[in-house]
Amino acid sequence: MLKTRIIPCLDVKDGRVVKGVQFLELRDAGDPVEAAKAYDAAGADELCFLDITASHEDRGTLLDVVSRTAEACFMPLTVGGGIRTVADIRTLLLAGADKVSINTAAVNDPDFVARGAEKFGSQCIVVAIDAKRTSAPDAPPQWQIFTHGGRKPTGIDAIAFARTVTARGAGELLVTSMDRDGMRSGYDIGLTRAIADAVSVPVIASGGVGGLDDLVAGVRDGGASAVLAASIFHFGQHTVSEAKAHMAAAGLSMRLDP
Amino acid sequence: MSVETVAIIDYGSGNLHSAAKAFERAAREAGLDATRIVLTDEAETVARADRVVLPGVGAYADCRRGLDAVPGMVEAMTHAAHARGRPFLGICVGMQLLATRGLEYDTTPGLGWIPGDVGPIQPSDPGLKVPHMGWNTLQVDREHALLADIPTGEGGLHAYFVHSYALSPERSEDRVAHSDYGGAVTAMVARDNVAGTQFHPEKSQHLGLALLANFLRWRP
Repeated sequence: MLKTRIIPCLDVKDGRVVKGVQFLELRDAGDPVEAAKAYDAAGADELCFLDITASHEDRGTLLDVVSRTAEACFMPLTVGGGIRTVADIRTLLLAGADKVSINTAAVNDPDFVARGAEKFGSQCIVVAIDAKRTSAPDAPPQWQIFTHGGRKPTGIDAIAFARTVTARGAGELLVTSMDRDGMRSGYDIGLTRAIADAVSVPVIASGGVGGLDDLVAGVRDGGASAVLAASIFHFGQHTVSEAKAHMAAAGLSMRLDP
Repeated sequence: MSVETVAIIDYGSGNLHSAAKAFERAAREAGLDATRIVLTDEAETVARADRVVLPGVGAYADCRRGLDAVPGMVEAMTHAAHARGRPFLGICVGMQLLATRGLEYDTTPGLGWIPGDVGPIQPSDPGLKVPHMGWNTLQVDREHALLADIPTGEGGLHAYFVHSYALSPERSEDRVAHSDYGGAVTAMVARDNVAGTQFHPEKSQHLGLALLANFLRWRP
């Protein structure tokens, strides 16, 4: 039976983990490779690096981090942030990423998703959907795609966009609620569910995890195939194995390999 | 003990370095010090190798084109596997290429070593998502040396899958293991000295490293 995946996500800037990872005893809490190894050992099902390096010229540092991670961790790695061209995708895959997460470039040009999927296969093309609820609280829910870290509205309906990029060959959708991101009040279940119901590919729930029950809700109520979280793991609030045990106790199928 | 060369075929398909690194670690952990892992796009090296690995990610036709574009490679693989009987492992699309043909987008001829078609996964439960992506357990159809000492079944270890198409072998005995995903999805095939895994051993942590070590020790 296929298991629900837990995916810790590390924000990486100039080759360093933003704010560090403050759990376990890492020699260097700011080294993404050290953090990746620790999550590998802790039983994470996949790992995600989100590169927030401002300058495109500094990509070499990220590639070095990706290749050193792939040499040390035998688990799937998704890398996102600043991917604009087919050449960007190729470079990351050759460095050792298994999947790439495309955000702004897919919003600007959904055909970019098709070009990536035709060249490298849908299995490695994740589209990151950053959405905010734009309808009034008592109106039927609607969500809109935002870019630039949630600051820039695009006028594009999130559900329609999810269908568009899936039809172009996205193999997975990473759905982040920009209303919930960093709020620790749980995923936007309505958004997650609406997208999971609209597409045939797996959906990763993201944005807003405050505790382990939020992970359960993302899957059980949101219909997600995987849950992404950052701070609850990075700052030692919970371990990955605690999260798995909690989700298994709630009746979800989890990978509990030693 | 003489040095054994394991040739991982480089034909421009995806990330081969993690496969090479996983083999190196599996060899080290299994104490197989006399194993040399080489990534190669030279037909000659493959033809003479002691063991051959055909990885592959991406679309079927794209992978087939890439393989055909390397001069003499298909002949060299065939020589190693069939004339010399060397252990051969296909991974993911590399495994699918062992089939008669692939039906992804267009119909593309495969190598025909494991007769059967590679067709779309169609889970009986429409709620199941495609691609089949993530960690699944292996249900063994018949015992095989590559699965030796690996806990399988519902309570066993997990393997990492990511695919939308799967191989259906014509001969049921060619299927060594399957996974349950709204029906049986072929997870591993084998015939004589040729084996293939739909999942990615190089991404499958404990199960993967154990399987790779078994491949390095395999004497079919």
